[in-house]
Amino acid sequence: MTTTVAAPAATAPVAAARAERRWTQHGLLFVAPFMVIYAAFLVWPLLLGFQMSLSSVNIAGTNTGLVGFANYAEAFSDPQMWSSLWNTVVFTGMSTVPLVLIGLGLALLVHNLRFARWLWRLSFFAPFLLPSAVVSLLWLNMIYQPNFGLLNGTLGTDILWLGDKGTAMLSVVITTVWWTVGFNFLLYLAALQSIPEHLYEAAAIDGASAWDKLRSITLPLLNRTTGLIVVLQLLASLKVFDQIYLMTGGGPEGATRPIIEYAYEAGFTGYRIGYASAVSYILFVLIVIVSLAQLRLLRRREEARS
Amino acid sequence: MKRRFGPGQVVLLVVTAALAVVWLLPMAWAVATSLKPEADTVDIPASWVGEEVTLEAYRLVLGTGDILTWAVNSTVVAVIVTAMVVLFSAMAAYGFARTQFRGQRALLAVVLAGIFVPPQVLIAPLFVQMVALGLVDTWWGVILPQVAAPVMVYILYKFFQGVPPELEQAAFVDGAGRWRVFFQIVLPLSRPVLAAVAIFTFITTWNNFLWPFLVSTDPNTMTLPVGLANVVQGTFGVRYAQIMASVVLAGLPLLVVFVLFQRQIVRGVAHTGLAGQ
Repeated sequence: MTTTVAAPAATAPVAAARAERRWTQHGLLFVAPFMVIYAAFLVWPLLLGFQMSLSSVNIAGTNTGLVGFANYAEAFSDPQMWSSLWNTVVFTGMSTVPLVLIGLGLALLVHNLRFARWLWRLSFFAPFLLPSAVVSLLWLNMIYQPNFGLLNGTLGTDILWLGDKGTAMLSVVITTVWWTVGFNFLLYLAALQSIPEHLYEAAAIDGASAWDKLRSITLPLLNRTTGLIVVLQLLASLKVFDQIYLMTGGGPEGATRPIIEYAYEAGFTGYRIGYASAVSYILFVLIVIVSLAQLRLLRRREEARS
Repeated sequence: MKRRFGPGQVVLLVVTAALAVVWLLPMAWAVATSLKPEADTVDIPASWVGEEVTLEAYRLVLGTGDILTWAVNSTVVAVIVTAMVVLFSAMAAYGFARTQFRGQRALLAVVLAGIFVPPQVLIAPLFVQMVALGLVDTWWGVILPQVAAPVMVYILYKFFQGVPPELEQAAFVDGAGRWRVFFQIVLPLSRPVLAAVAIFTFITTWNNFLWPFLVSTDPNTMTLPVGLANVVQGTFGVRYAQIMASVVLAGLPLLVVFVLFQRQIVRGVAHTGLAGQ
């Protein structure tokens, strides 16, 4: 810590020393407000949750004693936990592919259009700005409603979209794609805009077709962005709760219930906070594994930049 | 170099417009339903316009007053969370990027590790903690956990690392203190990234559901999404025009904000989006 401030020659050693001192002052005061809130409402609950997952705790926080890994052992032999975890994995698998591909497709369309870009951007991104409750009430009551809903009305079918085990998860995925694809669309659009124009001009001089340009310039340059979007999407999908809870309540017969809803029910309607924490931490481990992949991708991106 | 209206552009335009209509259809349907008399909302086959166009559903929804209370709660919560996140994250990020103190590396590591902790897995212990603190059914109970967002510290930390130190050093030599340098030199330089953080935080807080839903049981402290989910379905039963009027009223504020600040919001989301959430 002696070379940070370039001393303004020997003429002003006092000023330099003072500047040097200011340089190192106050650091803790700057981080303190955030650290206090962070410690109280993230670090502490994280530790408390782990301790609770090893205990038998009810909703009032009354601890009836440590039970070791009994909660985890119970979770791993609980078919309901497995089916909820499986639903989350199925939702993640079913939603990630269309959310990434449609996001890319829409971005390519809008990027190559020369008219009214703001209008298309607004159309595809607008649903992302709606609260989950708005989206869920809208689709539940007016789109998937079997008798007079928009979907059956338009298709001339009488499918119980959310009420049938065979279509409930698909319906949830459709709603989710409509609601959140605008986010990936915007990320792709930003990535497309950062591709230098001269690459395309050079290709045009070589007589490349639009398809050639897409295949040999655009898509390869989007590779890294795609990697990040896929990981972010996996993380977001693994945390699914709102729209499923609000549209199907996890039904029919638990066919759409995600793992977070199972933890919520164990803790907040079953009053078994210890068990709920154990179930949550199983999901947590899964998310950390995916996050580590994200970290590697981000690091690679930074290395490529520098 | 190319004609403005090539055949390619026409095809693109038609495809994009058709998709945009599909995307806007559900929202248009909600608006159409909210403007119908209640009896016409369940018509088979469904029609876009009822017997008459009426604001009756809006009058009834606004008449109960709940939705206005929730809108106020949402605004207060989102504004306070955004202000606290921007100020505290910027201070912390600056402290990590530009000062030195004992334990700095360890604290920074703890903050960065927190990026991997999804708030959804903390609901059970956090609720027990809120009961102990007496913060259930209060604004602070909703607000405080949302302020602990390490990813925003990370984004700002990265940004501050790139600010040329010479700008600050000149001010130090002139005798300015650390705080003055931060507030009068560094923060004004960082306006775009601060705006991005603020926009992202405001949108996620405004729309957040799970935690506010768990910590508010009293309709008077609920935010808009929670009030809507908890009460509307129960109170209005199958009165679809009123449900859709509530949906339109609850969805509208952020859409209006988006139309007004489209450029900034698009840039903000693109900037912060890749880093996390």
